[in-house]
Amino acid sequence: MHEMAVTQSLLDIVIKEAEKAGAKKVNAVNLVIGELSGLVDDSVQFYFDFLTKDTIADGSRLVFRRVPARMKCRACEAEFSPEPDEWVCPQCDQWQAEVVAGKEFYIDSIEVDDDADKGA
Amino acid sequence: MQIKVLKDIMAANTTTAEANQARLDSHGIVGLNIMASPGSGKTTFILRTIDSLGQSCRVGVIEGDLASSVDAEKVAAKSAPVVQINTGGGCHLDANQMAAGLDNLPLDSLDVVMVENVGNLVCPSEFKLGEHKRVVILSVPEGDDKPFKYPGMFASADVVVISKIDVLPHFDFNLDKFRRAVTGLNPDLLILPLSARTGEGFDAWTDWVTAQCRVGRR
Repeated sequence: MHEMAVTQSLLDIVIKEAEKAGAKKVNAVNLVIGELSGLVDDSVQFYFDFLTKDTIADGSRLVFRRVPARMKCRACEAEFSPEPDEWVCPQCDQWQAEVVAGKEFYIDSIEVDDDADKGA
Repeated sequence: MQIKVLKDIMAANTTTAEANQARLDSHGIVGLNIMASPGSGKTTFILRTIDSLGQSCRVGVIEGDLASSVDAEKVAAKSAPVVQINTGGGCHLDANQMAAGLDNLPLDSLDVVMVENVGNLVCPSEFKLGEHKRVVILSVPEGDDKPFKYPGMFASADVVVISKIDVLPHFDFNLDKFRRAVTGLNPDLLILPLSARTGEGFDAWTDWVTAQCRVGRR
């Protein structure tokens, strides 16, 4: 739902990092996004295509790595994948789990044109 | 060439949120981010909170809404300082909007700033505003299964207010099941069942706010 604002922040970081590295063009952006972050890939892509016009990231690809939700039982420390409507530990039946994966929300790396363009 | 970035996409918002919190701290103000679905009773809850606290703990309000200033007018009628922020379709408030809200409140004469976030259980949880505590209101008619659908919101909360408990007899909201689910996810969570309409359970909430107020003044 809030992809526009998020995509703008994402693009700001990408351009800053690319310029810092002296890159002339961004070809791809590798994202790591947890299942629980409530972000829709297609929607981010839509805004990204729009916002990158006339920037060095125009035409670049977004690559999403989705991290599934994982929980860890506080009672027996077993890790498990939560069911949609139940977070009971399958090992000890306790209902005391914390989220250990699935909230990720960061840019892993970007792929840019470098040396060939640098001399130009 | 690949360049490692490893940067949180929300970093810019987080930086502004930290500045907002420092600003609140410098005035000894406690910031509360009130989040809930549309129709859960946020505004009624805030109005009753202002009444209950009286002069012991002076409240300023930042009203976030898609459009209209209906809620802000109700707060202003209580003579509490209020700023309306229309997001123009945006589904959450962000730290920049919070900063603009703070610009327009008399910070020297406040103890608490309550932010009524946009009604939505998804996006507001991902944008820090600079609040000290996060309060999520869940009304009885919405059902006890909400933490499973919106774990991000409930995992990040400090307090969950179960509102509209006066209608509990008419709904199959299982308070025990709810308590078990959310404290499993977030053991430090404070759960306060109350009714802003009848006042039942409301003292526990105002006591909590008053205690926060004292922390802010220190």
